[in-house]
Amino acid sequence: MVTEFTPLAALIGGALIGLASALMLAFNGRIAGISGIVGGLLQRSDDRTWRGMFLIGMLLGGVVLQALVPGMMLGAATSSLPLLAVAGLLVGFGTRMGGGCTSGHGVCGISRLSTRSLIATATFMVSAGLTVWILRHVVGGLS
Amino acid sequence: MTAAVRQQLVALGSGLLFAVGLGIAGMTNPHKVLNFLDVFGDWDPSLALVMLAAILVYAPVYQSQKRQGAPKLADRFHWPTSRDVDVKLVAGAVLFGVGWGLSGFCPGPGIVAATLGTAPVLVFVGAMILGMLLYQKVTRARGGPSSNQSAARDG
Repeated sequence: MVTEFTPLAALIGGALIGLASALMLAFNGRIAGISGIVGGLLQRSDDRTWRGMFLIGMLLGGVVLQALVPGMMLGAATSSLPLLAVAGLLVGFGTRMGGGCTSGHGVCGISRLSTRSLIATATFMVSAGLTVWILRHVVGGLS
Repeated sequence: MTAAVRQQLVALGSGLLFAVGLGIAGMTNPHKVLNFLDVFGDWDPSLALVMLAAILVYAPVYQSQKRQGAPKLADRFHWPTSRDVDVKLVAGAVLFGVGWGLSGFCPGPGIVAATLGTAPVLVFVGAMILGMLLYQKVTRARGGPSSNQSAARDG
């Protein structure tokens, strides 16, 4: 499926993501990394409340989005269910092993010029790009 | 209202704002993400601008906050503590990238899209949570550093 380059929406949406993360830092002193927030909820700790609140906020955001922009391809299928299950396992395991995802490393970490985050972000971008290249241009199964 | 209650409200509001930002940016559409990753296909560079804008907003706030002793509502900043560039960091990022490239979902958009309740995204998010639990089990079995610490590492 071809999608259009949407620079204005990308900039506005990105700025809101940056603002949301900045609020978490300035008020709560926390890094807004989604894999870290969810991962922390899955283990015994004394700071599960704010993690839960952030997650509830995200789910509320999803409901708001559906009400405001109905046809926005929220959660559209990109491949078969077994492949999505494998993808989910890899994303969950990999983000915890690597200590972050697109938000924690890609936004917060790069903003701090963290060497770890710069290396992690470059690595997952290249590995994701190679995966798509293989699927679309070598195997050709995904369109 | 106590600082503790306000902290929870900030977390709730930030989560909501974060999700709306992802939606407006188009990142909850996994096809758009895959097209960003497909540099040699019908490339859609939108995601690069999403990251750029987020960093342009976040970086100056980080610069001003790191000189402060404490955030407004808590007693200290929980800065990531790890400095090591190790095999775990790189191997984890490689695995995450493969999963991201297979699906077009990273954790944030997956969770937001889960509110739609359709099978593809629920399967993805369910498997993602399993993957996180599996990693915790592996590290605990090995007696490595407690997964509690790794939670605070980068985010």
